Amino acid sequence: MTPNLVYVVVIGVLFAAGVSMLLERSLTRILMGMILLGNGVNLLILLGGKAGAPPIVGGAPESEMADPLPQIMILTAIVITLGMTAFLLALAYRSWAMAGHDEVQDDVEDRRIMLLAERDEGSGAEDNS
Amino acid sequence: MLLLLILHAVAALSAPLLVRAGGNRVLYGLALVPAAASAWAFANTGDVKSETYPWVPHLDVDLALRMGPLAWLMLLVVGGIGAVVLAYSSKYFTEGDPNLGRFAGVFLGFAGAMTGLVLSDDLIVLYVFWELTTVFSYLLIGHSPEQAAARRAAMQALVVTTAGGLAMLVGFVMLGEHAGTYKWSEITAGQLPEGGYLATAAVLILAGALSKSAIFPFSFWLPSAMAAPTPASAYLHAASMVKAGVFLIGLLGPAFGDVVAWRWVTVAAGVVTMLLGGWAAMRQHDLKLVLAYGTVSQLGLLTVAFGAGSRTAALAGAALLVSHALFKAALFLVVGVIDHATGTRDLRELSGLGRRMPALAIAATLAVASMAGLPPLAGFVGKEAAFAAFEQEPLILLALVAGSGLTVAYGLRVLWGAFADKPDTARALPTPSGAALVGPPLLLACAGLIPGLFATRLDGVLAPWAAEFGGPAYHLGLWHGFGLPVLLSVVVLGLGLSIFAAARRRDSWPAQRFPAAESVYRRIMGAVDRAAVEVTGFTQRGSLPFSLGMILVVMVVIGTVTLALGAPWPAGIRLWDSPLQLVAGAVVAASALLAARARRRMTAMILVGVGGYGMAVLFILHGAPDLALTQFLVETATIVMFLLVLRRLPAFFSARPLVGSRVVRNVVAVASGLVAAGMAYAAVSGRQAVPISVDFPDLAVSYGGGTNIVNVALVDIRAWDTMGEISVLVVAATGVASLIFRRDDALRGRSTSPSGSLTNGGPGWLRAGDTPEARRQSIILQVVTRLLFHTIVLFSIYLLFSGHNEPGGGFAGGLVAGLALTTRYLAGGKPELNAAAPVDAGLVLGTGLLIAVGSGLAAMIAGGQVLQSALIDLHLPVLGHIHFATSAVFDIGVYLIVVGLVLEILRSLGAELDRRHDAGSASEAATGDDRVKELV
Repeated sequence: MTPNLVYVVVIGVLFAAGVSMLLERSLTRILMGMILLGNGVNLLILLGGKAGAPPIVGGAPESEMADPLPQIMILTAIVITLGMTAFLLALAYRSWAMAGHDEVQDDVEDRRIMLLAERDEGSGAEDNS
Repeated sequence: MLLLLILHAVAALSAPLLVRAGGNRVLYGLALVPAAASAWAFANTGDVKSETYPWVPHLDVDLALRMGPLAWLMLLVVGGIGAVVLAYSSKYFTEGDPNLGRFAGVFLGFAGAMTGLVLSDDLIVLYVFWELTTVFSYLLIGHSPEQAAARRAAMQALVVTTAGGLAMLVGFVMLGEHAGTYKWSEITAGQLPEGGYLATAAVLILAGALSKSAIFPFSFWLPSAMAAPTPASAYLHAASMVKAGVFLIGLLGPAFGDVVAWRWVTVAAGVVTMLLGGWAAMRQHDLKLVLAYGTVSQLGLLTVAFGAGSRTAALAGAALLVSHALFKAALFLVVGVIDHATGTRDLRELSGLGRRMPALAIAATLAVASMAGLPPLAGFVGKEAAFAAFEQEPLILLALVAGSGLTVAYGLRVLWGAFADKPDTARALPTPSGAALVGPPLLLACAGLIPGLFATRLDGVLAPWAAEFGGPAYHLGLWHGFGLPVLLSVVVLGLGLSIFAAARRRDSWPAQRFPAAESVYRRIMGAVDRAAVEVTGFTQRGSLPFSLGMILVVMVVIGTVTLALGAPWPAGIRLWDSPLQLVAGAVVAASALLAARARRRMTAMILVGVGGYGMAVLFILHGAPDLALTQFLVETATIVMFLLVLRRLPAFFSARPLVGSRVVRNVVAVASGLVAAGMAYAAVSGRQAVPISVDFPDLAVSYGGGTNIVNVALVDIRAWDTMGEISVLVVAATGVASLIFRRDDALRGRSTSPSGSLTNGGPGWLRAGDTPEARRQSIILQVVTRLLFHTIVLFSIYLLFSGHNEPGGGFAGGLVAGLALTTRYLAGGKPELNAAAPVDAGLVLGTGLLIAVGSGLAAMIAGGQVLQSALIDLHLPVLGHIHFATSAVFDIGVYLIVVGLVLEILRSLGAELDRRHDAGSASEAATGDDRVKELV
C-alpha cells in the first residue's frame, strides 16, 4: 500500500496543533488540544485501511470496498470523545466556579517531593531510626 | 488435597464474621481445619498421593499437588501445631478483642498457604504459595499497625524474604524452561541441565530458601519479627514458615546433591548461622528474643543437615525439623503464658515462677530437654543422626558440637530465667492461668516423646525419600549402641552446662551482633528511598504541561530512532485518492493551526468545530458514510456543549505562558507532528498481512444478518468493544452530573425538576411562552421546534433500525434524538426540555445499560456466547415479512445510553448552569437595590 500524502500532512498538522494546545494550563484549551489530537489519531487509523466504496454488502464488489475495520474502531473513538468532552467541560466549569479560573494547578504532593529532593532527604516512608 | 486448601480458604474468609458472632471460643472450632490437614496426612501415612487440576493451560501451569514423605512430615507439623496454637490463641487474646477476627482469618490463610506450599508439585504453584506465606507473615508481624516497630519489622521481613523469593523464581524459571515442564516430579525424572547453568539455578533458589529460613546473612529479620503476637511467632517464626526454606532444600536436595555450590553454600551458611545465633541468644534478656535467636541457630543446623546431601544427614534433618517444631512452639507458648500472667518477658524481672506454675515449668523442662538432645525425646534422635552423618568430617562435627553446646546453654538460660528463684529479684506474682493456656504448650512438649519413641516407624516412612540421597544406609532410632555420637552427646551436655555456668558468673555476655547485615539492609533501603525521591522529584514536577511534555518527548525520541533505524519506508506515495481530499484536508489543517493561535475561547471553539466537520467530509471521501454521519452529529453536539459552558467562562483564555516556555512548547509540538506524520507514512507500508476484515462482509451477512458491515460489527463481531464504550459513556454522564450538581442540590434539583413541570399541568402542546423564563425567548422558534421534535425522534428511530443495512445505527440514532432534545432546550430552556423528556437522565442511562447487558446475557442463557446474535424471521398478517437480528436489541440499549448522555449534559451543563446564573444575577440585583436604598 502506498500512503496518501494529504492524510500524512494533515495528521502531522493536527498532532502539532493539538500538542501545542495540550501543553498549556487552561483546561478548555487542553480539551480542544485533545480533540485535535484525537482527530489526528483517527485519521492515522483510517490511513491504515484502504479507501473505496462504502462497506455495505451489495453496494459494490467486495474488492472495491473500503476496509471496514479502521472505521469500526474510529466510530467507537468518536463517541467516546463526546463523553470525554462533556466530562472535561464539566470539570472546567467547576474549576472556574470554585477557583475563578480553569487552570490546572501544580500537584501539591509532587511539590513536596521536589522539596525533599532539593534538601537531599528521604521520604521517611520507612524511618530507619 | 485440593479440598484441604478450599477448606482453609473458606475458613479464613469466614473467620472474621464467625469470631464477631461467636467470640473467642469460635477459635476452637476453627482449629479443626488445620487439624483436618494433619489428620488427613496421618491417615495416609506411607502413601504417595498426587492430584492435578488444570489452572493456566496456556502456560502449562497446573495445580499439581503431591504428597511425598517430606511433605507428609511437614503437613503433620503444619496442621497439628497450627491447630494447637489456634486453640491456645482463644484464651491468649482477651475476650472481645476487636482484632481477633482478623488475626484468626490471617492465621488460617497462612495455614492454608503453608499447606499448599508443602503439597505443591509445580514450581510456579509452589512459588505462589511461598509468596502467600510471606504476605500473611507480613500481616501477622504487623498485627499492631499503630506501633512503629511492628510496621518496620513487618516491612523488613517482607522485603528480605520477597527479594530472596524473586531470585528463587528466576531459578525456578531456569529449571522449568530447560526441562520444558514446571512439575518437579517430571523435572527430576528427566535430564537436568549441567555445569554453570545448574549451579546458577541452584544458587538463585538457595537465595530464596535461605532468606525464608533466616539464614545468614538474612538472619536479622527473624528477631525483629517477634513484634508479632506470641501465638503467631510460635507458629510462623518457629514451627512452620521458617521451615519452608529448609523444606525446599530437603525437597530439591536429591537433585542438587552433586552441585558443589549447593552443598558448600548451605553448609557454610548453616554453620555460621548456627554459631552466631546461639551466641546472640546468650545475650538476650527478653525470653522471646532468646528463643528467636535460638530459632535462627537451629535453622542453621537444619540447613547444614538438609544441604549436606547424604542420606544420614537428610534423616537427621527430618528428625530435627519435627523435634524443633514441637519444642520451639511449646517454648514460645510457655513464654506467652508467662507474659500473660506477669506482664513481662524480661528474665531479669522474673523469679520464683517454677513454684507457682509447676505445670508450665514441666512443659518448659520437657521442651528444653528435647532441645538439649536428651533421650527419649525427639531432639535426641535427631542429634544422634546428625553426629553420625558427619563422623568423617571433623570440622563440621566440631562446629556441630559447639553449636549444640550453645543450644544447651541458652536452653538452660530460658529455664533458669523463667522459673528459677533469684535471690536479688522480687518474686513474681502471676495471675492464675487456666488449663486452656497451659494445656497447649504441655501437649506440644509431651508430643516431643512421640517421634523419639516411634523413631523406627518415622524412619520407615521417610526411607524412600532419604534413599534418593546417596550414601550409606542409616536408620533413625533411639539407641545405636555406644559410639562416637553418644560420646559427643555427653560432651555437648557438659559443654552446655559449663557455658551456662560461665555466663552466670559474668554480668554481661561479650557483644556479638549479627555483623553489619542489618545495617547493610538499612543502608540499601535508605538509598532506595533517596533515589526514589530524586527520580520522582526530577521527573514528576507536579506540573501537567511538564509531565505531558515528558511523555511527548519520549514519544518523539523513540519514534525518531525507530524511523531512522528500521522503519519500512514505502516505495512510493500517492498525492490523494480524490482531489477533493486536498480541499477538505486543507480546511482541517488550517482550522487546527488557527485554533492553536486563537486567544478567544469562542474563536478557538468554532475553529475546532470547523475542523471536525472537515473530518466528516474526509470520511465521506474515504468511503465511510457511517463515520461521517456520526462525526457530523458528534461535532454538532460538541459545539452545543461548548457553547453551554463557554457562555459562563471568560471570553479570553487566561494567562499566556511565558515566551521561553512558548518556544519549548512549539518545538515539542512541531517535533510531535513530524514524528506522527513520519509514523503515518511508514506504518502504511508496514501492513503486509492480509487484513482480518476480509472476512467481515461474509460474517456480517451470514452471522450478523445485516449488510452494513460497520454497524453489524459494532453490535456483533466487536460487540464487546461497544459494551465497554457505552459503559464509558454512562460513567462520563454520571461524572458530569456529579461535577455540576452539588451534593445537596443533586437530589432535590434532579428529582423535582422533571415532574415539577408535569404537575403544573404541562405547558400544553403548542401553547408556548407561559413561563417567565420563556418570555425572553422566541415563541415562534419554540412552536417550530415542537412541531419538528416528533418527526426528528421518529427519524432517529428509523436510523436505529435501518442501521443494520444502511448508514445509521444506535449511535447515530441516539445522537439525532439527542439533538432533537437539544433544539427543544435551546428554544425554550429548561421547561421545554422537561416537557420533551419528562424522565430522569439516569433512568434512561440505566435502562439502556440494562437492555444492552440483558441482551448479551440472554444470548448466553439461550446457550450461545455472550452477545452472540440470532436471526429471527417472522410473517405477520399486516406488517408482512419481518427479518430481525437480536443484536438490534443491543443497539436499542446503545441508543438509549446516547440519548441519556445528551439529556444529562443538557440538564447539567445547560439547565443547572442557567439556574445558577439566574440565582447569581438575582442576588447581585438584590445587593444593588440595597446599595440604592442606603444611598437614598
